[in-house]
Amino acid sequence: MKVVVCIGSSCHIKGSRQVVQKLQELIAQAGLGDKIELGGTFCMGNCQKGVCVTVDDEMFSVSPETTEEFFNEHIKARA
Amino acid sequence: MRKFDTKVQHLKYKVLREVARHAWDDTLLESITDIPKDIVPGKVPTMRCCVYKERAILSERVKIAMGGDKDNPNVIEVIDIACDECPAAGYEVTDSCRGCLAHRCEDVCPRGAISFDHNHTAHIDKTKCIECGRCSQVCPYTAIINRKRPCQNACKVKAITISEDSVAAIDNEKCISCGACVYQCPFGAIMDKSYILNVIDIIKKSEGGKKYKVYAIVAPSISSQFSYAKLGQVVAGLKKMGFHTVIEAALGADMVALSESKELVEKGFLTSSCCPGFVAYIKKSYPELIPYISHNLSPMAALGKYIKDTTENAKVIFIGPCTAKKMEMQLDTVKPYVDSVMTFEELQAMFDSLDMDINTLEEDVLDNASYFGRIFARTGGLSDAVAQALKEQNLDFEVKPAVCNGIEECKVALLKKSKNVLKENFIEGMACVGGCIGGAGCLTHGAKDKAQVDEYGREAMEKTISDAVAVLGINNK
Repeated sequence: MKVVVCIGSSCHIKGSRQVVQKLQELIAQAGLGDKIELGGTFCMGNCQKGVCVTVDDEMFSVSPETTEEFFNEHIKARA
Repeated sequence: MRKFDTKVQHLKYKVLREVARHAWDDTLLESITDIPKDIVPGKVPTMRCCVYKERAILSERVKIAMGGDKDNPNVIEVIDIACDECPAAGYEVTDSCRGCLAHRCEDVCPRGAISFDHNHTAHIDKTKCIECGRCSQVCPYTAIINRKRPCQNACKVKAITISEDSVAAIDNEKCISCGACVYQCPFGAIMDKSYILNVIDIIKKSEGGKKYKVYAIVAPSISSQFSYAKLGQVVAGLKKMGFHTVIEAALGADMVALSESKELVEKGFLTSSCCPGFVAYIKKSYPELIPYISHNLSPMAALGKYIKDTTENAKVIFIGPCTAKKMEMQLDTVKPYVDSVMTFEELQAMFDSLDMDINTLEEDVLDNASYFGRIFARTGGLSDAVAQALKEQNLDFEVKPAVCNGIEECKVALLKKSKNVLKENFIEGMACVGGCIGGAGCLTHGAKDKAQVDEYGREAMEKTISDAVAVLGINNK
């Protein structure tokens, strides 16, 4: 499964780094390191909905506060 | 609204703008010969002896705006018919010489080049004079002046000579492409080759990002530029032009600060890698010091590499104050990561070629780097960043930087190092005085530029280098 976090300026300001760090933690905790390919990209062109995260090309709007919920619902459940 | 320092820049800008305008419209080929007349209409000359010479020179400018002489590897070129053949006499005695008794000039001359005529007036024997300038310094009447050409004065690496027909000539073996002569020549007879056609081609062929994405990497010295608008409006303008997004080169600087500090600890002595003028100077004039050049890519290339490594088919264009970057992008080590380079001067021409008033655009955002990455744009910033990077990585090593502001100071430090008498363990070399904010491709140069860079640095959301690069680590598969 490929998870890509937007690290462009707009999403960065809304908390990309916190989302990335939280996801790294959660993936490690769940032991999904070898199943999930986590990546970053500069700008997904959906700046209003930041922080943008795609899971196998499906777009989600995430914030540092909702990262755990997002992980459980859309990553852990599918992995 | 003051966009440029000089009228020479303004003229160069008009040429770039018209070339770009026709390139966007696909009408360049049939319009090339019209551009000089569009810029100098009518019959009254405003710059030279006649409009025909003005147009002839403009045709040469058009050529350089379109990439210049392909046979000349240097990006800095002399327009021979624009060179005014200024007096290049070196030191000369003027009629202020009073024919005094003291003859300090004679006493101080190490070569016995000064003699006196029957009026007791001093004369300099050009065959003996070594242009040390001591006579000029001691004359109580300041009667001895230096008639060196502005281009030669600007070129501190002594790459400019005067050819037999009195036109300035650049020695490519010595030239570091810093562009100091480009900025200083009062007749605009030296120009940096432009690759804007290449940039326009890349943007057009991307078909609005459908074929591939075009990334703009913008140097932090932009904080002292485009002062008539907001930085966020410049970003918005770039996106409107067709760039997918804009990223700070300062993030590349954060990356470099981390790796360069580690390399410093390993090797014990290092010279910095980010200024291409400084790196070229070592390679050309101090080849024995090449092993000390940091093996890190420059911030531009490091970030370009990151983008290309993580995004398929991405195109990367660097926008900055620097003419030497146009040489750096041609290096085999950099070529794969950067597709083209343009200066702030050229960017202004690009905006206006699309009749885009960036003042009217809604502000976009630009925030990728830390304070430390951003202050790379001014002298001393790189050393501060390396010290901070050592601290953040808990590396027990004290950096003692020789902060070299301008190529003359670089020369002093490199000379000392070559003689093994340099006490510092790191040379921060910046070819331009002030650092990148003094670059030849800047629109304006001002006393407040450094303060503006520092202020821009403090506005960065991420306060540490490690935090700024934390988002990049995720791609380490």
